[in-house]
Amino acid sequence: MGRWIIEGVHSAGGICLLFCNIIRCLFRYPWRWRLILEQIYFIGLKSQFVVLTTGASVGAVFATQVHFQFVKLGMESAVGPTVSVAMCRELGPVLACLLLAGRVGAAMAAEISSMKNTEQLDALRAMGVYPIEYLAVPRFLALLISAPLLTGMALAVGIGCGYLVAVPILGVDGAYYMDNSIKFTNFMDVSIGLSKGFLFGIIIAVISCYKGFNPETGTAGVGRTTTEAVVNSSLAVLVSNFFFTIILNNLFLGN
Amino acid sequence: MLLEIQHLKKTLNRTPVLKDVNLCLNKGERVVIIGRSGGGKSVLLRHVMGLMQPDEGQVIYQGVNISILSDEEINPYRRKMGMLFQNGALFDSMSVEDNLAFPLHEMGGYTAKEIRLKVAESLEMVDLPGQQNKMPAELSGGMKKRVALARAVINRPELMLYDEPTTGLDPIVADSINRLILRLSDKLGMASIVVTHDMVSAYLIAERICYLHAGKIYFEGTPQQVQSTEDPLVKKFVNGISETSDAVV
Repeated sequence: MGRWIIEGVHSAGGICLLFCNIIRCLFRYPWRWRLILEQIYFIGLKSQFVVLTTGASVGAVFATQVHFQFVKLGMESAVGPTVSVAMCRELGPVLACLLLAGRVGAAMAAEISSMKNTEQLDALRAMGVYPIEYLAVPRFLALLISAPLLTGMALAVGIGCGYLVAVPILGVDGAYYMDNSIKFTNFMDVSIGLSKGFLFGIIIAVISCYKGFNPETGTAGVGRTTTEAVVNSSLAVLVSNFFFTIILNNLFLGN
Repeated sequence: MLLEIQHLKKTLNRTPVLKDVNLCLNKGERVVIIGRSGGGKSVLLRHVMGLMQPDEGQVIYQGVNISILSDEEINPYRRKMGMLFQNGALFDSMSVEDNLAFPLHEMGGYTAKEIRLKVAESLEMVDLPGQQNKMPAELSGGMKKRVALARAVINRPELMLYDEPTTGLDPIVADSINRLILRLSDKLGMASIVVTHDMVSAYLIAERICYLHAGKIYFEGTPQQVQSTEDPLVKKFVNGISETSDAVV
């Protein structure tokens, strides 16, 4: 138990230090645009399919379930705003970033830890290149840009699919659906979603890079490191979501 | 004096690996460090490159104590050195050409054409012309080591560090690597520290051989002095006599 606590505190300290180091490197070194664009391609573009599919599925299922309950109360026209506000504030950012943690976090941790175990990180250092600047900073920036954009796409597709299920299939009045959705979903809801995407992006990048730079040795070690990176960043997204919800609601909506 | 290692001590996982290592290296000199596996040879080499920091003692490179510098402060000194890692440590996501061009891109000041020419020239030097587009996964062990060697020397370092350059290679390839090390040293005038337990390599390459034993430089001399020494420990090592052979029989 004691050892587990010490390891937890040690990791938390290491993650904070890495975050500070990445921020310092952002201002100290010129940005490697080629690497940043490569990472945006891998993280952003290549994750689009899985994130959009999730957004679409959640939007459609949520609209269906909400409709089943609301129809009993005669509140069918409230399905639209319920779906859009839930997608913007919670479902869009959380689900998009959980998938990013799985896909991108795993790739980051696996790549960096393999490089460490095959002395490639030492080779970088031996050539006078600071690994955090070369490996962590481009990934951090790419995730910072990609995560909110993917979140935006996920929530837009989710809302769209909610409409497609509720109106043509379940028979909700389209005019009411749209009117109520626009009336009760405002710019602040979208801002909360995108801000969460941005903050979750930071969390995933820093935790995954930390795990990559501090791997267990051997092939099995790389596997364990990758699993830990995914589990830890997913848990961090879920736990921090509660605090971000309170902070961002206060900030954007004043409640 | 190019490099001076003074009273270097390092403990890893509560085991003292280096107890008091002292070593000097002049410009252009070739020193071979021999010793048993796990005896701290690679650890010593990593201290010279600044990849590890000592518990006590110092590494002085051209009058500067580099062992107290941070990972970033030491970078200008690292760029004056080159290191061949045990398994090559080529970047497996890059082609041979990109691997070789990497240090030049990092140093800056070269045009794309100059970089291409230097890459081709370095590959020819290691007898691998025209292999620019291959990926490291497509290369054999010996080829990987040669490409890694070409990458390490492409910016003409003053000091080359070789970590087990012939381990795991067949005798023919090992000999070609040894001759390459000699050729690079003679042609480019760079000082070299070679860590090995391959005595054939050691005799061929060394101007001076240091035997690392129990965390200290136990014996130091020319290859001839090593071959003719009567010291029982050195004799056992160079002749490959196991301490437990009698007990096994």
